[in-house]
Amino acid sequence: MAFPPTRLSVVARTRSDDEETRRVAFAALVEAYWKPIYKYLRLQWHLDPDQAADATQDFFVSALEKDLIARYDPARARFRTYLRLCVDGYQSNQVKAGRRLKRGGGASLVSLDFTTAEGELRQREPSVPADVDELFYREWVRALFDRAVGELRERAESRGRRAMFEVFERYDLADPAAGRPSYAEIAGSLGLTPATVTNHLAAMRREFRALVLDHLREVTGSEEEWEAEARRLLGGGW
Amino acid sequence: MSFLSDTAIARLCEAAAWPGFESGFTVTGVAGRGGSATVYVARDEALHREVAIKVVDVPDRDGRAAARLAREALILARLDHPGIVPVHAQGVLPDGRAYYVMKLVRGRPLDRAAAELQALPDRLALFARILDTVAFAHAQGIVHRDLKPANILVGGWGDVYVMDWGAAQADTVAEHERVVAGTPGFMAPEQERGEMVDERADIFALGTILKGLAGADAPPAVLAVADKASAAEPAARYARIADVADELNRFRDGLPPSAYREPAAERLLRLYRRYELPVLLVLAYVLMRAGLLLWIGY
Repeated sequence: MAFPPTRLSVVARTRSDDEETRRVAFAALVEAYWKPIYKYLRLQWHLDPDQAADATQDFFVSALEKDLIARYDPARARFRTYLRLCVDGYQSNQVKAGRRLKRGGGASLVSLDFTTAEGELRQREPSVPADVDELFYREWVRALFDRAVGELRERAESRGRRAMFEVFERYDLADPAAGRPSYAEIAGSLGLTPATVTNHLAAMRREFRALVLDHLREVTGSEEEWEAEARRLLGGGW
Repeated sequence: MSFLSDTAIARLCEAAAWPGFESGFTVTGVAGRGGSATVYVARDEALHREVAIKVVDVPDRDGRAAARLAREALILARLDHPGIVPVHAQGVLPDGRAYYVMKLVRGRPLDRAAAELQALPDRLALFARILDTVAFAHAQGIVHRDLKPANILVGGWGDVYVMDWGAAQADTVAEHERVVAGTPGFMAPEQERGEMVDERADIFALGTILKGLAGADAPPAVLAVADKASAAEPAARYARIADVADELNRFRDGLPPSAYREPAAERLLRLYRRYELPVLLVLAYVLMRAGLLLWIGY
């Protein structure tokens, strides 16, 4: 049984004939990728926070002007790899030209919270993957999961299922250093039975999985790429 | 929202992949991961026993992964042998992932288990059980196509299980349904080329396994059997697994396998060992006669 496609790839939507569709799709693309790009520029290109923030915004403006997304060919690379190579090319040209980065119009597409991204960088594990593609991949997954967890919380709250999300939060989002609580402990603290905790957790995990796969579909360039990325992510490849 | 550390993301990956059965099974752990599926340990709540459940990681658009899993379950169901895990049920999770339930077997991969066996006869006895299992599948018209140490589990009592029949090919499967699969190093050349294969592809893998199992300092006769089994050309290999078993039985019985060209000195030594008493009696007689003749002559 195939998983039903519920969201279209934003990569595909940026090629739409309709200008509004293209604009919304590009904004969604910026929202999905700005954080990995900002962190990549900070860690790989060793830019300071202000330079990285400016370069991130300017890159998106440049991508829009040069129609970089429409020029993406799924047969040649995964979309995230293509985008990272575009960032490398962009930044390399900036260095060669010795240009002072200008604050671009990317901010008008979507509000970018660089302060939060910078805070996250300070919290990240000290080990930086030596492989640049791996570094970008990890930040890309972090951004993807960040969005999925946020949406899961919003959905649970809007449907009056706060307790269900809390079970998920306490079990799957617990601070690894503090250790994972048992189902009985969670049940006791939330006034639920262990069986209810089991059911809530299973339901939230199912929804979280569906959200991850949905968001993944948005930010990949083809069905084949979506399958490969999903298989790596959910098949123990993290 | 709080920052998601690498460890937190690893947990979330596990959470998103965790199979959620609405009833019947409670998943308790991961037993192993394959190319496109994961095997979980679970508790069968109705029968109060532990089972293993193989679940497709991600449902693909054209359903190939699910079809492959279903085919594997059907093949397992056809193979009723102590060396092959029995399948109990199959189905689809609420999120669309195909799965099948099988007996949970505990053991170590062949290479790790063999490392603890010092004596060659013990290793060959283990190998004989693998041959027996694969020969049974061949008799049912099924070629495994992905035999390698990681796919062979050895239990605490020396019991052997041939696992992961996902790449297996049944002789009833149409050509367009055949799956191109295998593991480099253990895959027969014709399989690497994507050609149709028969039992001799498994014999190639078994020859490679035998080489590793016997070790570099194995007797040349055993290595000759392994070499013939893993010959590049299918026609140069043994035609049936029973032939490999016969050859190793000959070695065990002190006879040279047909694949081995025994040097004259080694042949003499072997014959001497085999017929030690008669040889010694004849030698004693000849020496006595010679001594007698010399004494009479003087």
